[in-house]
Amino acid sequence: MERIETFAYDDGIVRKFVLATVLWGVVGMLVGLVIALQLAVPELNFGLPWTTFGRLRPLHTNAVIFAFAGNTIFAGIYYSTQRLCKARMFSDTLSKIHFWGWQTIIVSAAITLLCGITVSKEYAELEWPIDIGITLIWVVFAINFFGTLIKRREQHIYVALWFYIATIVTVAVLHIVNSLAIPVSLFKSYSVFAGVQDGLVQWWYGHNAVAFFLTTPFLGLMYYFMPKAAERPVYSYRLSIVHFWSLVFLYIWAGPHHLLNTSLPEWAQTTGMLFSVMLIAPSWGGMINGLLTLRGAWDKLRTDPILKFFVVGITFYGMSTFEGPMMSVRSINALSHYTDYTIGHVHAGALGWNGFISFGMIYFLLPKLWKVPVYSQRLVMAHFWTATIGIVLYILSMWTAGITQGLMWRQFTEAGMLQYPDFIETVVKLKPFYWIRVLGGALYFIGILLAAYNVIKTLGVSKRAKADLTDSSAQAKALVPTTLTGSWHHKLEGRPVLFTVLTLIAVLIGGMVEIVPMLAIASNIPTIPSVKPYTALELEGRDIYIREGCYTCHSQMVRPFRDEVIRYGEYSKSGEFVYDHPFQFGSKRTGPDLHRVGKKYPDFWHYRHMKDPSSVVKGSIMPPYPWLFNNDLNLSLTKRKLEVMKQLGVPYSEGEITNSESNLKSQAATIASNLITQGAPADSTLQNKEIIALVAYLQRLGTDIKGDTK
Amino acid sequence: MNIIFVLLPLSLLLGGFFLGAYIWSVRSKQMEDLNTPPLRMLADDDCQTIINQKGE
Repeated sequence: MERIETFAYDDGIVRKFVLATVLWGVVGMLVGLVIALQLAVPELNFGLPWTTFGRLRPLHTNAVIFAFAGNTIFAGIYYSTQRLCKARMFSDTLSKIHFWGWQTIIVSAAITLLCGITVSKEYAELEWPIDIGITLIWVVFAINFFGTLIKRREQHIYVALWFYIATIVTVAVLHIVNSLAIPVSLFKSYSVFAGVQDGLVQWWYGHNAVAFFLTTPFLGLMYYFMPKAAERPVYSYRLSIVHFWSLVFLYIWAGPHHLLNTSLPEWAQTTGMLFSVMLIAPSWGGMINGLLTLRGAWDKLRTDPILKFFVVGITFYGMSTFEGPMMSVRSINALSHYTDYTIGHVHAGALGWNGFISFGMIYFLLPKLWKVPVYSQRLVMAHFWTATIGIVLYILSMWTAGITQGLMWRQFTEAGMLQYPDFIETVVKLKPFYWIRVLGGALYFIGILLAAYNVIKTLGVSKRAKADLTDSSAQAKALVPTTLTGSWHHKLEGRPVLFTVLTLIAVLIGGMVEIVPMLAIASNIPTIPSVKPYTALELEGRDIYIREGCYTCHSQMVRPFRDEVIRYGEYSKSGEFVYDHPFQFGSKRTGPDLHRVGKKYPDFWHYRHMKDPSSVVKGSIMPPYPWLFNNDLNLSLTKRKLEVMKQLGVPYSEGEITNSESNLKSQAATIASNLITQGAPADSTLQNKEIIALVAYLQRLGTDIKGDTK
Repeated sequence: MNIIFVLLPLSLLLGGFFLGAYIWSVRSKQMEDLNTPPLRMLADDDCQTIINQKGE
């Protein structure tokens, strides 16, 4: 007996997410513009802890990924899922909790990151209380989404929904595993993993964050909004299914391409490289499908700015998913790694693919949600052209900067010496490109300002017209249940494959809960006997390094290349990092690699350099850190830090833990008196300051192994 | 590289989940008709849009 049911879609939640998207897009891109300017004009760091590049950069990445892209994804998923399922969202309450919970997470991220409360793992910087919040809200989202799927009135699960499923499931696993840490205090924790292992877990997460937060949900959105906007069906539904499944299976293995030519074992690097190259196929499947949806209707592109956004966005997706695999080839990566080329690649994908799909979707949704036409089509066009030119300037400047710097690093004179032995020479060369990037980014930012203006005006028109914003109603036949009758377990047994899979999952979860802690500790067996744990003072210094975001500009991984060994010293061995919770390999060399900086310069050099880098290194764009000389080192957590490290397998003795504070103070006193001997102003309080801890840490880096060639 | 004992089962678990989902989708006839879904989603509008379109 078929029943036609009338129901209403929740439009209100979509409206909320759309507005949040625009707001955070403006905020996140503004921060991006600021940090781009800081690289060209270092004075814009303002000499304050909360405004340094090291603290603002994670704010930018978190805002544009989780606040801007995140809210876009939720807006699009909530809109399309309801309509594809022909059902209202499972729970209005869960929808609201999801929305407000996510915005709360964003605000707490902004506050904590500016305060230097960070784990320093890229795109996973937030400390453990917020991580728990993210997990809870993600579970709310999952229940709401899967609940809607279960009560759907449309039997067929459209391909977009499969992309959403992949997103929700995988992001949950990635987030939980990479965030595993033991808390030291409410605002500080140490990663369960260390060194190379932590690096692998981090980039298994990091690349899959790109895959399952920035790619799969956006492909899902593309499969819904592109056909809708073009009023044409998807080019090949079969292709969409094939590329979905192959994408999902291949992406998980691509993570090691972030660790090529590092001390990650070679077989792991090769695996990442191979899978990354194979990934071109399913990625381009998506691109082809999206673009060819317009076959027979290309003329619509001339007049419709929404289609312009989608087509250019998909094109950038295709470009990035070709460039990425190329950069995953070891020999190419040898040139591009740590340079601005990576930044260029990221922003082609982020501004081109993520940004443009978001904008196209928002402009498409505005009339549907607020029941009036978009306020100004001309502004939409202006946005499109401004932003496109912005992207082109951005990526051209970063490509040039990256290749220039990469080539300069590895250039030798005919006599066999480094052509550019001073790192600063390669920095100074990039300044013009940094300015062009500022211009490109500014244009893109102006674009989103145009969008925000257009959105606000549209809302104004809608309000004045007293547009009827009641939820859109729809009608559909109720689904005839096809399951077996009886208890849930009886139904499950009727599906042997599903049952097996679920059992397997249950077993594996259990197994892993036991294995992870065991391995996390067992894996810290030192492979190099001379490598010892950091002293209490050095550990505090390391935590300052993390707090100030030094890793955003400095790497700690000397690669086994002739030019690097000559420039920095012996290449980095994986055994040197076994006590590094979390690892600090870094992804970028705006400044030189630091893994062998220990004892390279006298203590006083570091004192003067941290106080005012450009007075010590002419042309330096590094900001000064004067507060390190005023702030007393906080010792209230030192003992607990060593205890947590010991829990994680770092072999501190009982004596080292009990006497941590006095050991720290005596090491600090020695360093302070050395500094005064070398020329620092005489000051009896110097030994209590944070700078002493940081100097201790920097001077320790890379000194544990013997046979240092420098 | 002991971390592989964590990442490998985890990735296999994720892969296994998706394998299961794929097998489920085939068995529950999700792939039987690949022609109507792309057309149906184009027309899945709400009542007001249908009324608007009919009124044209």
